[in-house]
Amino acid sequence: MGNQAMNKSDLILLGAFVLVVLFAPQLFAPIGAGYPDLLQKFAIYGIFALGFNILFGLTGYLSFGHAAFLGVGSYSAVWCFKLLSMNPLPALVFAILFGGLFAAAIGFISLRRTGIYFSILTLAFAQMSYNLAYSVLTPITNGETGLQLAQSDPRLIDMMFGRDYGAVLPPSDLFGIEMTGYSGYYFCAVLLIVCFFLSLRIFRSPFGLMLRGLKSNQNRMAYTGLNIRPYALSAFIISGMYAGLAGGLLAITDPLAGAERMQWTASGEVVLMTILGGAGTLLGPVIGATFIKYFENIFSAFNDGILNQVFDFLPDTAREIMVSISSLFVGEGWNLTLGALFMLIVIFLPGGLIEGVKRIRTSVGKLFRGGGGDGKSPKSAPAE
Amino acid sequence: MDAILLQILNGLDKGGAYALIALGLTIIFGTLGVVNFAHGALFMLGAFCAVAFKALLTMQKISIDPTQMTAWGTPMEIRVPYVEAWFGDFGATLLDYSVPLSILIAIPVMLLLGIVMERGLIRFFYRRPHADQILVTFGLAIVLQEIIRSFFGANPIPLPAPEAAMGMIDFGAALGFDAGSVVYPAWRLLYFLFSLAIVGAVLAFLQFTSFGMVVRAGMADRETVGLLGIDIDRRFTIVFGLAAVVAGLAGVMYTPILSPDYHMGMDFLVLSFVVVVVGGMGSLSGAVVAGFTLGILQSFASMNEVKAIFPGIDQIIIYLIAVGILLVRPRGLMGRKGVMEH
Amino acid sequence: MSLLSVKDVNKRFGGLQALDKVNLEVEAGTVHAIIGPNGAGKSTLLNCFIGRLDPDTGSVTFDGKSLLGLPPHEINQAGVSRVFQTPEIFADLTLLRNVMLPAFAKRDGSFSLNAWPLVDRQADIRDAAMHQLEDVGLAEKAEHIAGQLSRGDKRRLELAMCLVQQPKLLLLDEPTAGMARADTNNTIDLMKKIADRGMTMVVIEHDMHVVFSLANKISVLAQGTVIVEDLPENIKGNPRVQEAYLGGAHL
Repeated sequence: MGNQAMNKSDLILLGAFVLVVLFAPQLFAPIGAGYPDLLQKFAIYGIFALGFNILFGLTGYLSFGHAAFLGVGSYSAVWCFKLLSMNPLPALVFAILFGGLFAAAIGFISLRRTGIYFSILTLAFAQMSYNLAYSVLTPITNGETGLQLAQSDPRLIDMMFGRDYGAVLPPSDLFGIEMTGYSGYYFCAVLLIVCFFLSLRIFRSPFGLMLRGLKSNQNRMAYTGLNIRPYALSAFIISGMYAGLAGGLLAITDPLAGAERMQWTASGEVVLMTILGGAGTLLGPVIGATFIKYFENIFSAFNDGILNQVFDFLPDTAREIMVSISSLFVGEGWNLTLGALFMLIVIFLPGGLIEGVKRIRTSVGKLFRGGGGDGKSPKSAPAE
Repeated sequence: MDAILLQILNGLDKGGAYALIALGLTIIFGTLGVVNFAHGALFMLGAFCAVAFKALLTMQKISIDPTQMTAWGTPMEIRVPYVEAWFGDFGATLLDYSVPLSILIAIPVMLLLGIVMERGLIRFFYRRPHADQILVTFGLAIVLQEIIRSFFGANPIPLPAPEAAMGMIDFGAALGFDAGSVVYPAWRLLYFLFSLAIVGAVLAFLQFTSFGMVVRAGMADRETVGLLGIDIDRRFTIVFGLAAVVAGLAGVMYTPILSPDYHMGMDFLVLSFVVVVVGGMGSLSGAVVAGFTLGILQSFASMNEVKAIFPGIDQIIIYLIAVGILLVRPRGLMGRKGVMEH
Repeated sequence: MSLLSVKDVNKRFGGLQALDKVNLEVEAGTVHAIIGPNGAGKSTLLNCFIGRLDPDTGSVTFDGKSLLGLPPHEINQAGVSRVFQTPEIFADLTLLRNVMLPAFAKRDGSFSLNAWPLVDRQADIRDAAMHQLEDVGLAEKAEHIAGQLSRGDKRRLELAMCLVQQPKLLLLDEPTAGMARADTNNTIDLMKKIADRGMTMVVIEHDMHVVFSLANKISVLAQGTVIVEDLPENIKGNPRVQEAYLGGAHL
């Protein structure tokens, strides 16, 4: 097994990641995010973005349709609850399976083209899925209302084991541990850690190297004897499975699946999370997801009253102006903030936050070393 | 036969909108080499030019008439739009024709918007990867539509066509079918003719003016044109402005057909991209032909007879065709080799 | 039997006969140069070897197997590696990764879902790649990013990427094009070193001088046909070659 041991810096990274995730309730408490509902979202969207990053970050294929896989994951999980059992494990298996299958079908066609054609095709397929979920597929998706649990659901496996939930709608539970509150968060957290670990292995594997090659130079790849499409398709399917898992977890923590989860805005959001943190970096997507979900939570809760308090120190007219400008960006206007953030990141910081931190570190380093050295380590940038 | 004719007619107006948006997308792709995900937002902004113009016209003068009393015994408020108060009957006509008249507003507004967008944002992305162009224009699209939402709300805002164009035209009798079998709203027909006119004008502009010649040469081989010492930058700006105007006008005139709301841009954008892909990236005629064809096919798919056989086909027909085309002719119907490919 | 055999290859582009009944036999272990003035059809011919173009008629057989209609990756897996006019490398990866990647392709085939092992723990691949980098004189830059190399070093790297796969045939398309004098000489020396080990090579070249010291046999292509095929020492004095290069419309 000696030849499979990970190197030191990766082990430290993994260890630190595990610690942060496990102690997140304590670590995030000072910024008011130490409660399970929000932490759960960090973890779930972190998984979603980690998967997206395996596709976009490594291969450079920009998909605008990943929300479709998230939605499929949610629907599969809720159906599994309805038909089989309230246990989250089979629900997750189905969510990953269907996310992957769906990705295989869409990827097979979309990957016939590269570049912008690919982006457009994935966007079109996601819109198509969304339209279908709202119209013909209503028997499966329950249209606008969203797919919900009902007391009359068969829940075959639960029945077999003689579990009866009585008159109340049950939450999902893992052999008796209800998937709500902190147990819900830790369930998601463990999966996030597993997903992060797998993504780390992929990044460091020959397969991951091939995916990077795909982004770097497809012509050379082909003349090096590598078949491009199965590589791109595998990355697409893997990211679809991650998305399915994330969708399944959304359903587990809140057993409801709606079509709005598949809308293009949701696809755009995961793109933003990934590039905000840093596409192609290991930690970036998780950081990006946390960042976005944290500020979404804060900004959406803002209203004019709170804004007035915030700008209380200003003279009246200035305060009114500030309030009316900033009220555009909060509450219902959160999407505007997202859009603006999108533009700012792409324009000024294409490498994302990770890149920003590196830049600051380099310039600070230069300051201390009197401008000497370029701060480039001879190592091949292990943080990548 | 008459049913088929009716469906063809039904598809023409939507096809016209697709064609106009796709035309702008293609011109921008071809000349500037930029993938503009905000193009649907331009269509939406055009529609809201009409909304804003109407709102402007209907600004009301409120006066209190002491001679009349309401049921509650308070003096009655009389609300008269300023245009009517000032211009009388002419004002009322103005109001009635507010949608077509908005064109006069929309042209300068959209041109300005296009120029500002190109100078302020797009030009910095000429040399950036396509993924970055997609992302930044995607962000811009969100920003634009959210700004509209914060001003005009989230609900669709109905705008009527002018009285004179509200009627139906009965093609049935004229074409030898039963009277009333092929009835078509006049405005939709007008929209079709309008889109044809715009398409014709744009193509003629590109075909017959020296400016257009440079643009077409640029679409064929951008680097060479740059080497000729032609001021490409200024032309790019104008091209972008032009495409913005085309999209905007498409939006203005579409308002009586579909009440505009803030996210209509994205819906049309996705479909227009599919149109471009089907027509063939970089092909102007491809964009136009595919736009109308897909519009008509979509209208056929929404016939009840068809839906009875393939439920939901109306929702996905365009995508299915796009998939089919891409499998058979990867470059689209009229695509050339090497356009927007790496 | 020859390793690469090209028989009666014709290719038309519209009204232009780009290749006219081209025949070529490349013996294993030799360096075969194809030279000719601009527009003689050298690149078209090369593109027919590697599946980019399909000739209208004729055959291209490598090691007893037809190469026509094969996608690039299968041609490579059959044992043909290619060096491009502008070096095609993975610009944002390190040199070591650049060379390890082809080594993986050689070992694992055209596709492998090899997602669990760690690249850095594949000692055999790593050693082979390092060895190859030493061979071309780039070992000390193994951890540099490839995009930052000089033109000459990029060419060396590209050669290393091809050689690490131990191909049966190496195709080189104007390997010294656009290079400074010193880089050109270094590259020629490197190619000689490779040739001396018995590597079969086909070199497409515009500049006659580059190949004279290298080639065992030279085919001169002009206007789509092989006008002369001979030993290098006999090519120089051949009047038809001089005419093709100096006379007529091709000056």
